[in-house]
Amino acid sequence: MQCNFCDKKATVFLTQLVNGEMKKMCLCEECAEEKGVTDPAGFSLADSVIGQEPVSGQGEIAGGAGEGVSCPVCGFTFGKFQQVGRLGCSECYTTFSDEISRRLGGMHKGVVHVGRVPEGLVEAHARQQRLDQLRSRLEQAIAAENYEEAAGLRDEIHEVETSVVTQP
Amino acid sequence: MMRFSTLLKHPADWMTGAVEGSGVVLTSRVRLARNLQREPFPGWSTKERRVEVLKRVKPEVEALPEMKNGFSQELDGLTSLQKQVLVERHLISREQAARGEGSAAIVSRKQALSLMINEEDHLRMQSIRPGLALSEAYELVSSVDAQLESNLDFAFDHELGYLSACPTNLGTGMRASAMLHLPGLVLSDQIAQVLQAVGKLQLAVRGFFGEGTESLGNLFQISNQSTLGESEETIIRRLERVLEQVTSHERNARLKLFEDDADMVFDRVGRAYGTLRHAHVIASKEALNLLSLLRLGADLNFFPSETGGTCDSLLMEIQPAHLQLHSGKKLTPEKRDAIRAEIIRTRLQSLEPPAMKEQQAGEEWPPASDTIVDS
Repeated sequence: MQCNFCDKKATVFLTQLVNGEMKKMCLCEECAEEKGVTDPAGFSLADSVIGQEPVSGQGEIAGGAGEGVSCPVCGFTFGKFQQVGRLGCSECYTTFSDEISRRLGGMHKGVVHVGRVPEGLVEAHARQQRLDQLRSRLEQAIAAENYEEAAGLRDEIHEVETSVVTQP
Repeated sequence: MMRFSTLLKHPADWMTGAVEGSGVVLTSRVRLARNLQREPFPGWSTKERRVEVLKRVKPEVEALPEMKNGFSQELDGLTSLQKQVLVERHLISREQAARGEGSAAIVSRKQALSLMINEEDHLRMQSIRPGLALSEAYELVSSVDAQLESNLDFAFDHELGYLSACPTNLGTGMRASAMLHLPGLVLSDQIAQVLQAVGKLQLAVRGFFGEGTESLGNLFQISNQSTLGESEETIIRRLERVLEQVTSHERNARLKLFEDDADMVFDRVGRAYGTLRHAHVIASKEALNLLSLLRLGADLNFFPSETGGTCDSLLMEIQPAHLQLHSGKKLTPEKRDAIRAEIIRTRLQSLEPPAMKEQQAGEEWPPASDTIVDS
């Protein structure tokens, strides 16, 4: 059995229950130490395990939809993410947004950030969240064939979109 | 800036347990993960770029008023023993200790704040406070975050929040945790049940020195698992509620142990005292478990109130790197056990035998000396 993080032979096998789901990992001695698996006090244990896909028979996971695409900023590939459970840079979240959002569901309480926003982005963030909210209401209105409300919402969206964001 | 030796000579208030109300919850810790925009995360970066990031970030951190007269050290300037000591003191992570060039640790003078540059993320900032004080810890670290963001462009996405190397930290980038001492729940066999209930609330529980419910020293760590979709305040409030409940379960368990079998409790604490005071060779596991019982005895006023703090200091002092540093040379496991026993004997030499029987006649059992549950 090969280590999930490098090419060495796996000697440490870890099975953990995460949110009621069984996750298995195979690691070589060095990676196990680095990930804090052999060290019970390590803070990174659960993190690295959750970020990891369940192991397939071969140990190496076949690439998904993002295969072949690499991040324009740092050159990271999604196949690499499946190996190490970490991304290459902040831009990777845009490059691999579909693959990542598919994995976020069981990981967190929600899929949209609530909480602190960097001070310089507070206004832009509020605007973006307002737009997202209006767009989802518009979709609902159209689905319910409520065209009068939909027209109103469309105008409102247009208004927010064209409003100028004052940068600090 | 503070020297390594000075840092070692003055352990933080939260390490020595010298604070009222740290009976069940020893410490509260909050850490935030932040990254620079469009800069490869440390794990995917080159050495040259990591050094660049360090050069950009370190002066900003050192310039914080909170870091005045603090400790600032690049990791490649420390020996592996020195790094290990910092890990045992929870000032840097094990992951950080494995790193060298391009990584640094900056610790405030009183050690309430410590920041790591180029750990898994470009910046990890943590605050540790004694007792149940998650909000206080969050405020400290949040103020540092606010100051740093005015000069550093942190990666942030309107939907995903703060962007981290690992998707498990997205959103707030915040991990809040507390270390708990739960001998009552362990002795009364209720620990598995309580920890399972906590686990169902999307909170992570782990033994502090050991795995699962067989944690050594009866020390457990509870932390939030989810970082996206809830605000920092909500996460902290929820965690605090759970910690209060676990604390009250622990207190009830201790009460019940006395009602059912006071002799058993007296016996365990008394034997722990005897062994710790007189052992000449003691393995880490035995020492941690006996110190836990001594600490329980202190919580129950069998010993003077400062004994709890002595136990907490010893927890740190008897760990491998500390022992090696203490003796100034590399130790064989046998020698380590002898030095461990020696340190414990020295620290406890003036500790009077537990005053248990007389107290039993008192009306209040166990004495409510540190009721951190009611706030």
